[in-house]
Amino acid sequence: MRVVIAEDHALLRDGLTRILQAFDYEVIAVVDNGPSVLPTLLEQKPDVAVLDVRLPPTFTDEGLQAAIAARAEVPGLPILVLSQHVEPLYARELLSDRKGGVGYLLKDRVSDVAQFIDAVQQVAGGGTVMDPEVVAQLLERNRPIDVLTAREREVLGEMAAGRSNAAIAGRLFVTEKAVSKHINNIFTKLGLPPSEDDNRRVLAVLAYLDS
Amino acid sequence: MGHDESVETRDWIRDGLRAVATGLLTIVLAIMNIPLFVFFVLGLVLTPVLGLGLVMVPGVTALIRAKADLSRRLAGWYGVHIERPYRPRPEGSLPIGWGAFRRIVADPATWRDFAWLLPGAVAGLALGVLTLFLPAYGLEGIILLPLWLHLGGVWYGYGVNWPIESVAQGFLSLPQGVLILMLGLVVAPYLRRFDALFNQLFLGPTKAAELRSRVSRLTVTRADAVDAQAAELRRIERDLHDGAQARLASLGMTIGLAEELVERDPATARKLLAEARETSSDALTELRHLVRGIHPPVLAERGLDGAVRALALTLRIPTSVDSSLTGRLETPVESAAYFAVAECLANVVRHSGATFAYVSMRREGDLLLLEVGDDGHGGADPARGTGLAGMERRLAAFDGTMSVSSPPGGPTIVTMELPCASSSPRTMLSSGTD
Repeated sequence: MRVVIAEDHALLRDGLTRILQAFDYEVIAVVDNGPSVLPTLLEQKPDVAVLDVRLPPTFTDEGLQAAIAARAEVPGLPILVLSQHVEPLYARELLSDRKGGVGYLLKDRVSDVAQFIDAVQQVAGGGTVMDPEVVAQLLERNRPIDVLTAREREVLGEMAAGRSNAAIAGRLFVTEKAVSKHINNIFTKLGLPPSEDDNRRVLAVLAYLDS
Repeated sequence: MGHDESVETRDWIRDGLRAVATGLLTIVLAIMNIPLFVFFVLGLVLTPVLGLGLVMVPGVTALIRAKADLSRRLAGWYGVHIERPYRPRPEGSLPIGWGAFRRIVADPATWRDFAWLLPGAVAGLALGVLTLFLPAYGLEGIILLPLWLHLGGVWYGYGVNWPIESVAQGFLSLPQGVLILMLGLVVAPYLRRFDALFNQLFLGPTKAAELRSRVSRLTVTRADAVDAQAAELRRIERDLHDGAQARLASLGMTIGLAEELVERDPATARKLLAEARETSSDALTELRHLVRGIHPPVLAERGLDGAVRALALTLRIPTSVDSSLTGRLETPVESAAYFAVAECLANVVRHSGATFAYVSMRREGDLLLLEVGDDGHGGADPARGTGLAGMERRLAAFDGTMSVSSPPGGPTIVTMELPCASSSPRTMLSSGTD
């Protein structure tokens, strides 16, 4: 699988490259500044791109902007955005095209290499991966979702992180049947039409949380 | 529309009548200037004779200042703001006697008041009479005809008919009177304002006095800012020391131990490494929280507008953000404004019991206007809560002001004003760590 990396810190850049190469990814381009991200993505059309949000020269959010711009040109271009901090606002912007193939994670998560690679794979396969922190920040608000039980909130969080019913069942030590029952309850309580598509589930949930 | 017009009509009539009443008051006050002038001079003259001046000058000065204050208040009604220029009386000093005399004589504002007494009296008298004259003459025109018919005989004249020679001309005095009365009422507020502007020449602080009071204000706000900054640095130091630093130290120990054990006991070494990863992730989480408290990354990335929107998304209470800000503000202003809004919103979430909050941000010239409101139960008092008072102090470091309207039963509205100069968009370079 062909990967493009954009990261300005040499240490982190090398770390990411090493990890991805160790899992048989082909790193075809490494970018260390904002302006080159978009041209590189459009030219290389990688199977997946891993972008840092904050890049030189302005050190604001050029990585995020490049991701949004690239996906506007190439709909559904798989991009995993990494950042030192996560904001629901940025998550909303990334998800607003409702195309899937997008991820948004804290850089900390890379240290759990297996999980990180799993996320890269999910994004490359058109899935959506949200950092648990984004979900937690939204859940903390206790807004309309306080109608959910504690267990349902847990399932919602796992769902937003892009996990399948089977994966959720494994993590929460319940049966898959129980998980799908919880999910149906969540959809009913939130007034969302049920759907088996993981990606659409996340989008629907986040769209609802944003309201 | 018709309703609005009648309200407007009532408004200018009310304003006019009030201005006429103020004019009458001004005449009385202007006449009082003359005895004050005489007594002040007398006080000065009598000082060497019997030391009478030591009592008389401070006494008369107090009266003059009270009168000048009244004129300042009246000027305020007509949009002319006159600052009080007097030097404050040192605490514990006597209101009369040699010390008071010396202080009064040394204060330039005393002499400016003195210089004002006579010209102020003349201007007040002249403008006051003028304010009264037009409406009075208008009234005369309105009652002239009935009066003329009642008294009969020769009558001099009114307005353009001079003398009045027939009943028809007598009738004409009525519309003329109405016109003149209206004119008088319309003009009266302007005459008052003119009087106020004249008084401002004498009664306002001089440049030097203005600067002196600004310096003392700056001294206070600077001390507050320095204190706040020092406290902030202490907090950061403590957080780093007890948090990330301690965790990194333990991380080093764990990895060191794993290194030792990797040959002898690979299973334990692996467990230790997993633990080390956990610790590094905790350290990062702590640093992230710390950074958010110092300068939220989203503020650096998106400016005030984006940062407040990002914050609103994470609040428990639905919060709308209405902003017309474009480009970026200066970093310190941006940061002060963000934390002020964040503190307000935190108060809303914690105390207001609101179901809805809003933030509105806009610029007017070089002033940043912020408003945070909610539909909660009100009763917020900056004098009681330390949060609001602290915010006020922090804004003061930027010459910013804050006002809170929070009647019992709500709603609460906090308005803040911050002077700002916008820096050109996207030119700020900071050392990014993301």
